[in-house]
Order: sequence, then C-alpha cells, then structure tokens
Amino acid sequence: MFQATALNERNRRVEFLFRVLFGLMTVLLVAPVLIILALLIREGGPAVSFDFLFTPPSDQGRQGGILFPLVGTIWLVVVALLASVPIGVAAAIYLSEYAPDNLLTRLINLAIINLAGVPSIVHALFGVGAFVVFFRFGISILAASLTLAIMTLPVVIVSTREALQAVPMAFREACWNMGATRWETIRRVVLPNAISGILTGVILEVSRSAGETAPIMFTGAVTFLPFLPAGVLEPTMAMSLHLFTISNSVPNMPDEIKFGTALVLISMVLLMNAASIAFRMYLRGKKKW
Amino acid sequence: MPADSGSIAKVDLDHRGRSWYVDKAVGGLVFVGGVSAIVFVMGIFVFISREGFGFVFGTLDIGEFLTSIEWRPTSENNPRYGALALIAGTAAVTGLAMLVAVPFSLGAAIFIAEFATGRTREGLKVLVELLAAIPSVVWGFIGLSIMSPLIIDTFDQPVGVGVLNSGVILGLMAAPIMTTIAEDALKAVPDSYREAAEAMGATRWQVVWQVVLPAGRNGLVAALLLGVGRGFGETMAVLMASGHAINIPTSPFDSVRALTATIAAELGDAPRGSEHYQALFTLGIFLFVITFLINLAADFAVRRGAPRG
Repeated sequence: MFQATALNERNRRVEFLFRVLFGLMTVLLVAPVLIILALLIREGGPAVSFDFLFTPPSDQGRQGGILFPLVGTIWLVVVALLASVPIGVAAAIYLSEYAPDNLLTRLINLAIINLAGVPSIVHALFGVGAFVVFFRFGISILAASLTLAIMTLPVVIVSTREALQAVPMAFREACWNMGATRWETIRRVVLPNAISGILTGVILEVSRSAGETAPIMFTGAVTFLPFLPAGVLEPTMAMSLHLFTISNSVPNMPDEIKFGTALVLISMVLLMNAASIAFRMYLRGKKKW
Repeated sequence: MPADSGSIAKVDLDHRGRSWYVDKAVGGLVFVGGVSAIVFVMGIFVFISREGFGFVFGTLDIGEFLTSIEWRPTSENNPRYGALALIAGTAAVTGLAMLVAVPFSLGAAIFIAEFATGRTREGLKVLVELLAAIPSVVWGFIGLSIMSPLIIDTFDQPVGVGVLNSGVILGLMAAPIMTTIAEDALKAVPDSYREAAEAMGATRWQVVWQVVLPAGRNGLVAALLLGVGRGFGETMAVLMASGHAINIPTSPFDSVRALTATIAAELGDAPRGSEHYQALFTLGIFLFVITFLINLAADFAVRRGAPRG
C-alpha cells in the first residue's frame, strides 16, 4: 500500500494553503464590487421608476428624471456605431484575411493597442482639436460620436478579428478551390460564419461607449439642456456626464436621484455586457466545428 | 477559353472579369480600414500637437514644467505652468492603485488559470469581465458617495477624498483588467510544461511556482505595465475621488490632483487658443507620449516572452 511520507503531507498542506490563499484573493477582488452593486441597488432602486426614466431633468437635475440624458446617450452611441463598425470590420477583415506577416501589420497591431491605451482625456483633446476646431463640427453629437468611435475602434477590431479567425481555414480553402476570389470567399463563407461573433463585439462596443465620459465632455455633451437635440450638429446631454455633474457640481442634490442615475447607467452597461457574454457562450456551445 | 481554331490553344489565364476587379477594390478598401488605425494614432498626435506645440516651443520653460509645483494657469499677471505636483499626484494615486491591484489580480489570475475548474472557472471569468466594464464615472461616483463617508468614519478624517480614496478606487478598476491579461499570459504557457513537471511528481503549487510563473513572466510584466497605463490615464474616477487640490502628498489622506483630471477640470474654462488652453494640450502631449511608451514596452514584453511549446 502507498504510505504518505512526511514530504507528501507537507506538499499537500502547502498546496491546500495556496489554493485557499488564491481563492480568497479572488473573492476579495470580486466582493467589494458586489457589495457596491448591492448598495447602489438599495439606495438607487427606489428612485428608478417609469416616471424617472421618461421625465426630463429640471432644476439642474434636482428634480424630474433622466429622459434627456438617456436619449442623448442613445444618439451618441448610435452615431458612433455608424462610424466605427464599418471601419473596424474592414480593418479586422484586412488583418485576418489579407495582411501578410510584415512590418506594416505589426505597426497596425501596435496602433490598435495604442488606440486602446491612450488615456480617454487625450482622446477628448484630439476630438476638440480635430472635430470641434479643425473640421468645424463645433460642440456637437457628430464630434463627440466620432471621438467615441475612434476610441472604441479597438473593441470592434479585436472582437471581429477573433470571430473571423475562428472560421476554420478548410472552409476558405474549399471555396478557393471552387474558383472563388478572395472577396467572394469572405462574403459567402467567412462573414456568414462569423457574423454572430462580430455582433457580440458590437454589443460590447455599445456598452463601452455608453459609459464613457471624458471623450464626450468637451466635444458634444453639455451639462444641461432644456430640450432634446434635433440633429447630429447639436450638442446633447448624456447619462455619464449627467451623473458626473449631479454628483460633483450641483449642491443640495438629493441622494436618491444620484444613486438612481448611477444605477441606471451601470445597469445599461452591465446588461449589454452580460448579453454579449451570454451570446458568445451560446455561440460557442452551438459551434459544430 | 476560346482560342483560334487551328493554332495552338492560347489559354486566357489573365481573365480579369468583374469579380476580379471587385476583389481588388475590396482588397484596397479593407487595406484602408487596416491602415486607418495607424492614421488615427498619428492623427491624435498631430492634432493635440497642433494645439499645444506653439506653447511647448514658445512660452513653456521645460525646466519649470518638470520641477515647479506651481500650476497657476489662470493668474492674470504671473501665470505658472509647473506640472510637478500633478505628476506627483498621478504617481501617488497610480502607485497606491498598483499596491492594491497587483497582489490581488495576480492571485486571482493564478487561481482562475491554475486551480479553478469547470463552472467555477467560467463563472469567475465572466464576473471579472463584467467588473472591467463598469464605467469610470460610476467608479468616481462610488468614490464620492460610498468610499468617502467610509474613510471619514473609519479614520476620523475631515475629508474622505484624496490619495487613499482614489488609489483604492483605481486599484479596484485596474484589477479586473490586469487579472484578465495575467490569466491569458498563464494560459499561454503550453500544457506540455505542466505535464512534464507533474510527471516528475511536482504538486500543483510547485508547478505554478517553479514552471508556470517563470515561463509566463513576460506576459505578467505586460499585465503590470498595462495596469499602470490604465491607472495613469484614468480621468473621471481620479477627478472625482482625489480631491483635486494641487499638492505634493505626504499622507494617504492628502488631497492631490492628477494630470488627466487637470485637463478634464480646466479645459471647459480655458478660452480656445489661450496660453492656458495650450498648456492643457501640452499636458495631453505629455500623457500621450508616456502611455505610448508604456504600451510599447508592454507589447515588447509580450513579443519577447511568448512561450513556445
């Protein structure tokens, strides 16, 4: 029979100790956030109602709801998507289907990492310098959305590229052997098989853009507006900036409204993120190859 | 292909039909998309330089910028542009954030990659991914409305915003991202390494400590660097939780001001083209260059260290 030696025993104890230690660290990493979420729900939950969502804010946000910021955020996100999805998907197709392994491709990859890594406030400065001043869009939805689009471009590129690369090479080869051109192969075989993966990336981008504050605060979002924007060349309110304004700059702000606004914003972002993750898992389970 | 009867069949290999041209056109189009990433990064540099360079090469005294703690851009007769206190503020907050985030994210990455299995593992990964998605303005709000009263009560301090508050908030923000990258780095270590060690009778901990961590070292360095970059560039949360007072911090409860937060707070009030406005763009150039270098270093670490199996 196998008899555990003192060394075996010690190894087992050490292993157990580290398993518990690392498990505990994981729990400690996650726990504060769950506590905070619970607090937000407890403090802000009562404020969130149908009326809260569909009444415009008044008295600098001390009264009323969050209709205008909510609609403004939808404007910003939709226009940003219109700009970034085509560019991002094109870039991902190039990187996955065309790009040779050369210096230029390395530079593109480095540029993508940098676009994601540049501080959001620097993106804001770029938006001011390029879209507001140079292209004369002024403080507008267009300027803010384009800034957001460039900032979140890496999200689209990276997730689309992953979706494209998940399509097996044999599919492409089979299509090429039939005499199809590269583009015909991409359009008929690669894209249809990757489209749902691309969609998860787009949802992820929506969630990212909805929560960003710094890049829109000098390019298109304003702290208070008594009406909804009528077009893309007008400024708008936005959820993220509204939360910043009412929690940082407006005195005598009722706690309930602050927590309620934060709760709505975080719910929007997390729900979309969770949807994207759930969709991804569903696809992984469904995949036949 | 049709060929003249009687002569040797000439096969038209060069059949440039419509689909050939469409293919080339699309190839060009997606190439433009790919290169656009480079164009945008260069565009960022060009446009913030356009607004800031006149100041950098004109009024700005680089020595003063890096060594003076006086940031008084709105002073009428004697404006000062010393960024030292802002740099110190950013460094203090980022440093504390890393103290919070590094051990926890490394521990969590090891647990998720090497110890957890099945549903626990998938569940933890999803949770970490969701944590990374919480917007920075919500973190700032948490700092102001939840952390700040907590610090006032616990440590009996007059104010709750400062290095401690923003450092902890930033640490909580950076930890999920660092966990994800570190976990990827550990997963990139080939299983054959682990199997070889296990075949020698190593326990799981011995495998982690003596095989996986050394092999994944460069990826872990990249995770650390990207975490630092994230902390360095974070704007809204730091603006809201740091107290925003120009100060070289001497205690964790001191209020400080970060580079990013300064731009966010002052750009709205600086008239376009004024010295103050240009000075803020100069801070932007500084931030851009530093984060560019951090990202470059992280990319280098990943490239150098990708283990092969």
